[in-house]
Amino acid sequence: MLEIKDLHASINGKEILKGINLSVKPGEIHAIMGPNGSGKSTLSSVLVGNPMFEVTKGSVEFSGKDLLELSPEDRSHEGIFLSFQYPVEIPGVSMVNFMRAAVNEQRKYKELPPLSASEFLKVMREKRAIVELDSKLANRSVNEGFSGGEKKRNEIFQMAMLEPKLSILDETDSGLDIDALRIVAEGVNKLKSPENSCIVITHYQRLLDYIKPDVVHVLYNGRIVKTAGPELALELEEKGYDWIKKELGE
Amino acid sequence: MQQEEPNKYVKELTQEKYKYGFTTEVHTEVIEKGLNEDTIRLISFKKGEPEWLLEFRLKAYRHWLTMEMPTWPHLRIPEIDYQSISYYADPTKKKEGPKSMEEVDPELIKTFNKLGIPLEEQMALSGIAVDAVMDSVSVKTTFKDTLMEKGIIFCSFSEAVREHPDLIKKYLGSVVGYRDNYFAALNSAVFSDGSFVYIPKGVRCPMELSTYFRINAANTGQFERTLIVADDDSYVSYLEGCTAPMRDENQLHAAIVEIIVHDRAEVKYSTVQNWYPGDAEGKGGVYNFVTKRGNCKGAGSKLSWTQVETGSAITWKYPSCILTGDNSTAEFYSVAVTNNYQQADTGTKMIHLGRNTRSTIVSKGISAGRSENSYRGLVRVAEKAENARNYSQCDSLLLGDKCGAHTFPYMDIRNETAVVEHEATTSKISEDQIFYCNQRGINTEDAVGLIVNGYAKEVLNKLPMEFAVEAQKLLSISLEGSVG
Repeated sequence: MLEIKDLHASINGKEILKGINLSVKPGEIHAIMGPNGSGKSTLSSVLVGNPMFEVTKGSVEFSGKDLLELSPEDRSHEGIFLSFQYPVEIPGVSMVNFMRAAVNEQRKYKELPPLSASEFLKVMREKRAIVELDSKLANRSVNEGFSGGEKKRNEIFQMAMLEPKLSILDETDSGLDIDALRIVAEGVNKLKSPENSCIVITHYQRLLDYIKPDVVHVLYNGRIVKTAGPELALELEEKGYDWIKKELGE
Repeated sequence: MQQEEPNKYVKELTQEKYKYGFTTEVHTEVIEKGLNEDTIRLISFKKGEPEWLLEFRLKAYRHWLTMEMPTWPHLRIPEIDYQSISYYADPTKKKEGPKSMEEVDPELIKTFNKLGIPLEEQMALSGIAVDAVMDSVSVKTTFKDTLMEKGIIFCSFSEAVREHPDLIKKYLGSVVGYRDNYFAALNSAVFSDGSFVYIPKGVRCPMELSTYFRINAANTGQFERTLIVADDDSYVSYLEGCTAPMRDENQLHAAIVEIIVHDRAEVKYSTVQNWYPGDAEGKGGVYNFVTKRGNCKGAGSKLSWTQVETGSAITWKYPSCILTGDNSTAEFYSVAVTNNYQQADTGTKMIHLGRNTRSTIVSKGISAGRSENSYRGLVRVAEKAENARNYSQCDSLLLGDKCGAHTFPYMDIRNETAVVEHEATTSKISEDQIFYCNQRGINTEDAVGLIVNGYAKEVLNKLPMEFAVEAQKLLSISLEGSVG
C-alpha cells in the first residue's frame, strides 16, 4: 500500500529526513517511535504534502501512485488521513459545514454525487457515536474552544467520516487523560479493517497498549534505525532510547 | 515552486473573476463632458423637470463650488477632473422612460438578463420587483401595477418627480441636505435617475423591491438618487445591486440614498455592491462615493442597513441612522472585502436623539492582496437621548501580509444613562488553517471561501435568501487566489 524509498526532506534548507525506507501493507499497523527531534512529525507532514517541507530525494508510492506528485487535497482524496498533533481552530466554520465540504469533495473526486443534507447528517450521527463525540461539539466551529481531548476525538471522528486507506496518527496520545486515550484508541480499533492501514507515531508505549502494532520502528536522527515486533515498544518503554544510541555507536 | 503556484493562480483568476465586465452596444445619448450651470440646466431640461428642482440643483452646485474634496478618509484618492466627465448618458434615447417591454431596446433587456436581472415580469424571480437603472436613466420598473393596487409607489426617480411632485418636494434632501458633504452636493446638482419608494400607512410591502444599477457608457459618472418613505406602521425590504463593465479608466459613482421611517414602520435596506474593482495591478475600477442615511423619524420605527461590499477601486460610504423617534431601533451589518489594490473606508454613524433608542453595529472587514480596509464609525448620544444603547462589533480578517486593516471608532456620548459597548478583533487566515482543510480534501480556494463565509455569517444571515446565496459566492470569488 505504502512504499517509501530513500526519502530525504528538509525545512528551510535543514535536512530532517535522511533516507527513510518503509513499507506498509494493507491491514497492518506500524508504530513509529523515537526521541524528540528525530523526524517523526516531519515524516507525517511530508506524507500529507505539507508545503513547509521540501522533499529533496527519494520516492513514495501509495496504492500504485506517485504520492509526491499529488496535491495535499488529492492525497486526502486518495485515502491518506492525518490526525494532527495540534489540530487548528477554524472560527466561524461549523463542524457540519466543514465535514460536509470534505466528504463531498472526496465524493466528487471519486465521481460520486454529493450526499444530501439528510443522508449526510445520518452518517455524521453514526460516526460521532464511534468516538462518543457530543452533538453539541459537532455543531460548534471546527475545534474552537475544544479541550485537548475533544480535539483528538474530533480528529478520529473525521477519520471515521472520511474512511481513509492509510491513517497517520501523529502523537494522538499527547495531552490525553486515560479515559480520553481509551475512547480515542477504541475509536481507531473500531475503524480497523483488513484493507486499511495505520501508522501510529508516539513517544510512549501506553497508546500501544490499546492499539496493537504489527511492526515497531525506531526513528532516530532522520533514519529508521531499528525495526521489530511489538516487543520492541515494551523494551523502549523500559530502557529508554539511550541503548539504541549506544548500539549505533554514538 | 511554493511561491510560483499561487501567483499563477492569482493571475488566472483576476483575469476571469469579474464576470460582469462586458459592455452593451446600444446607441447612448451622452451629453458633452464638463460641469457648469449650463450642464445642470441641460440635464434638468432633458428630464423635463419643474423649476423648483432646477433651483435645488443650482443651489447645490453653487455650494459644491465652495467645497473641497474630503481628505480625512484613510484613502489615497487620485485627483479627479470633474470637467472630463460626462454627467448624463441615456441608453434609451427617448424623452421619457419606456412604457412597456416593447419599447425597451432588446440589447438592454439582454444586458439585464446576462446580469441575472429578468425584466420580463413573468420571468421575475419569486416576486421581486425590479427597477433597472443603466447609466443615468431608469430602463424599466417591473410589477408596478401589482404594487399600485396596495397604494405602494415604486418607480424611477424621474417619474416620481412628474407623478408625485408633492412627495418629492417634501422629502428630497430632508435627510441628506445638499450641504451635507462634497459628494452629496455634487449629487444634488447633477443626479440623474434612481428609484422612489413610498409605502402607505399600515401597508406591508408584499415583495422585495430591488434596484439594479449598471454603469455602461465610458467616461460618464453615475449619480443616482434613491428616496424611500415608509409611512406609519408600514414595512418594506429593499435590495440594491450594482455592476459595471471593466474599463481601464476610472468611473465615478456618487449616489445618495435617503430613507424616512415614520411611526412604528420598518425598512430593511440591503446592498450587494459589486462595481468593477479594477484589475490586479490597480488599473481602472469604480470610485464609489456614496452618502446613505436614514431617519428613524417616528416613535418605535426601525431601520436596518445590510451591506456586502466587494467591488469598487475606492469605497467611501457610511450608511447611517438618525434615531429621532423615541424607542426607535437601527442596525448596521456590513461585510467589506478588499483585494489587490482596492481601498475601502466604510462604516456607519448612529445618532441617538430620541429616548430609549437602540443601535447595533456589526462590521466585518476582510482584506487581501495589497488592499486597505478601514472601518470608521460614529456613535453619538445627544443630551436628551435617555437610555440609549449601542453595541458595536468590528472585526477584521487579514489574508496575507501586504494588506491593511484599520478601525476608527468615534464616540460622542452626552447623556450619562447611555450604555455603549465596543468590541473589536483582528484575525488572520493562517497557513495552518488552510493546510488543515487541504488535508481533509478541501482545496485552498474552497477553504478560503469556507472560512470567509463562516466569518461573515452573522451579516450574510441578515440578507434576504436569494441575495445571501449570491453574496456568499461573490465573497469567495472576490478572494480567490488571495491565499497561497
